[in-house]
Amino acid sequence: MLGKLDLSAIPLEQPIPLIAAGAVIIIGIAVIILITVKGWWPYLWNEWITSVDHKRIGVMYCLLGLLMLIRGFADAIMMRTQQAVAINADGYLPPEHYNQIFSAHGVIMILFGAMPLVIGFMNFLVPLQLGVRDVAFPTFNSVGFWLTASGALLVNVSLVVGEFARTGWIPYAPLSETTYSPGVGVDYYLWAVQISGIGTLITGINIVTTILKMRCPGMSYFRMPIFTWTSLAACLLIVAAFPILTATLAMLSLDRYLGWNYFTNILGGNPMMFTNLIWAWGHPEVYILVLPCFGIFSEVFSTFSGKPLFGYRSMVAATLFICVVSLTVWLHHFFTMGTGAAVNTFFGITSSIIAVGTGVKVFNWIFTMYGGRVRFEVPMLWGMGFIVTFVIGGLTGVLLAIPPADFITHNSMFLVAHFHNVIVGGTVFGIFAGVEFWFPKAFGFRLYPGWGKIAFWCAFLGFWITFTPLYVLGLLGMTRRLQHINFPEWTPWLYVSVVGVAILAAGMVAQVLQLVLSIRDRDKLRDLTGDPWDGRSLEWATPSPAPFFNFAVMPNVEGEEAYWGIKQRAIETQRLGPEPKYQAIHMPLNSPVGFYTAFISFVFGFAVIWYIWWIAILSFVAAFAGFVAFAWRREHEYEVPAEEVARVDRARRASRKALLEELAHGEATV
Amino acid sequence: MTTFRWPASLEAYERVRQDPHRLGHRPHGPGEPVAGAGLGETGPARKRIIVGYGFWIYLLSDIILFSCFFAAFAVQRGATAGGPTISDIVELPRVGMETAALLISSYTCMLSYAATNARNQFWTQVMLLVTGLLGLVFLALEFQEFAELAARGIVPQRSGMVTSFYGLVGLHGLHVTLGLLWLGTMMAQVWARGFVPEVIHRLICFNLFWHALDIVWIGIFTVVYLVGSCA
Repeated sequence: MLGKLDLSAIPLEQPIPLIAAGAVIIIGIAVIILITVKGWWPYLWNEWITSVDHKRIGVMYCLLGLLMLIRGFADAIMMRTQQAVAINADGYLPPEHYNQIFSAHGVIMILFGAMPLVIGFMNFLVPLQLGVRDVAFPTFNSVGFWLTASGALLVNVSLVVGEFARTGWIPYAPLSETTYSPGVGVDYYLWAVQISGIGTLITGINIVTTILKMRCPGMSYFRMPIFTWTSLAACLLIVAAFPILTATLAMLSLDRYLGWNYFTNILGGNPMMFTNLIWAWGHPEVYILVLPCFGIFSEVFSTFSGKPLFGYRSMVAATLFICVVSLTVWLHHFFTMGTGAAVNTFFGITSSIIAVGTGVKVFNWIFTMYGGRVRFEVPMLWGMGFIVTFVIGGLTGVLLAIPPADFITHNSMFLVAHFHNVIVGGTVFGIFAGVEFWFPKAFGFRLYPGWGKIAFWCAFLGFWITFTPLYVLGLLGMTRRLQHINFPEWTPWLYVSVVGVAILAAGMVAQVLQLVLSIRDRDKLRDLTGDPWDGRSLEWATPSPAPFFNFAVMPNVEGEEAYWGIKQRAIETQRLGPEPKYQAIHMPLNSPVGFYTAFISFVFGFAVIWYIWWIAILSFVAAFAGFVAFAWRREHEYEVPAEEVARVDRARRASRKALLEELAHGEATV
Repeated sequence: MTTFRWPASLEAYERVRQDPHRLGHRPHGPGEPVAGAGLGETGPARKRIIVGYGFWIYLLSDIILFSCFFAAFAVQRGATAGGPTISDIVELPRVGMETAALLISSYTCMLSYAATNARNQFWTQVMLLVTGLLGLVFLALEFQEFAELAARGIVPQRSGMVTSFYGLVGLHGLHVTLGLLWLGTMMAQVWARGFVPEVIHRLICFNLFWHALDIVWIGIFTVVYLVGSCA
């Protein structure tokens, strides 16, 4: 009846997951009770859960990502402390639990922390920067988000019901085959990642179509803001790479469920084919994560230097160069496979060459700041921390791209330090810069800069204190993923690393405090103008928070940096452009289809993990029924009357006019 | 004096050049882009273009999915583990029939869309029905092939080669199956709702999907069956 599922799936003998899960369940129940008592369900359902507004979906993506970053950070704390106490000892985490933790840490941080945040930014910003009202397929957008959320839920359910994979964040075969991993851990991994991967693919298709087919009048390719360009590159990579992940996981599932022989080490199976396929996805994946963050930093550097981005066209070229070349470097993750000198040389060269594209970008950022009036606001701090951190991470990467050097450092802590150096320095710093920068656009008030600066310095110093010792340990010969350590001479480095984690934790607390205190004092921090940072691209032309229809009248773009041009003209002539003729707008109706799809996928995933076939079949039938019901929906759009559009836009014009007058009297510093 | 006669192609070129509307010939290179196509600076495309374009992108991703299974087959083609080889699997007459059924179904699918363009409910339905029946014939033949192979003990659990054969051919079969579910739904929609824009958009997407499956099948037919028969 319930397949493999019974009471023994609950890890009653392990206190850590039980306590953690208990706390999560209690908090969850408390939140549900609070929402019910306050009567917030209709609001949540109508305004958020069923929303197809790209800004709302973007915000929900970011919330999911931030929650998962905290969850993944908890795993990181456990790993660092375990290694610090398990020196010639067992530590407090048994091996099978420790292995689940490092696997979950990678999966959660990359796929459920960083990916939702990056995709959240793309969702929120791309239509605003393109001057249009929504993405190409608003309902699919909601489906994509909810699929990601249901994948994240599956990973977290594995904490209490059953176990998670013990194979690392990409489950290498044949370790992940049933012979060596008979439990449900790898199955949890497979279905969680498969479901969220489909959500990501949907978003990729959506954003590519939006950028290529839905730009406002005058917005030719070489007038698009650089963040939109990097989003395009990242989403092209999603379309090109995520099907490889789907295929690879499908093959592994066939091996595990039906005993096929794709990746087995008997009967003609080919384990190295798994490694090749998964990295053919995995390497583009890291560029999917970092390219949009390059876009965020480009916007930040140019805004806070008060200058147009230096070398805009070379930036676009470098972005597309990275986009293409990132598909040709995957083998550097396993030079030690033994393919021979010729193949290793090819991939060594491509892996080094890809750094040229990034190098072009770094120089462009530096030249953007050069000669500018640099304002050291919080996003700018993250940006400067990023340049320092990312360049060093990139250099260790070029070192690892040389096959002979890689043979020595392969699978060592040096490697661990390298990829954290680029992912934390590039993606995580980029995400925090972006949150700080666009928070006013999403919510209508700024974040306290003081706490933001504390968070930055803690994160920056904490990062270096945590990971520099890992470089040293790697060169001393420490391999990754050790549950306990038999070399007491490594102890000091491991201790230093724990201190770094403590500083990082302080940074996280500062970040949360910043959010909480800013929400409490939101009336003091209101952004009344819609342009708090003296911005340059079209999202700053809207009020903060942006109305659900983004633009009352579609802008007509006449050059690069669309909004900057409009703003300068207004300042010169001392008045706004003529009031446009307002017309009724058609907006897509909310739809529960995303939530429904995700619910069904979650049930399906859970049923398949536990071999409960009747529920799996039922959920497939329910999915088809839902698909048909959705196809029969007759109303897709509703009309926003011209008066409502005019009311919102006149308020925006009034605030802009006030800003203009302040500028004229020299009262505003902007 | 003999009159000079242009060769036919040059004549056609001249005709197009003189046609102020340049029907069927969008200008290449710089020129006035067509409004509503989402090109250049002309603003967002029309809904029909957006839907079709998005579906093309999806199809590209689907072809990458298939290419992984092709790659796996290429890698494992010789990995027979002492069992049957690919030439033991291939049976060209049946595959010929499968191919014929699928290619003809693509033709009828196109005819159904021609009828849709003429807003002809009857012929749209008939041609969709014929397309679906041909798809069923294809699936029946494929099922028969798998059943006979299994009866001879050639099952995916046997070796890496058989695994990747079933995986590649089966993935295509799965697509055809889902395509048939979609086709049935579309017939019901056309019948119940007529040619409203969103139904037409879905018919366009369905057509693209069906033709893409044909293209993939031609790859399978060549790489798996034709080459396999020569092995």
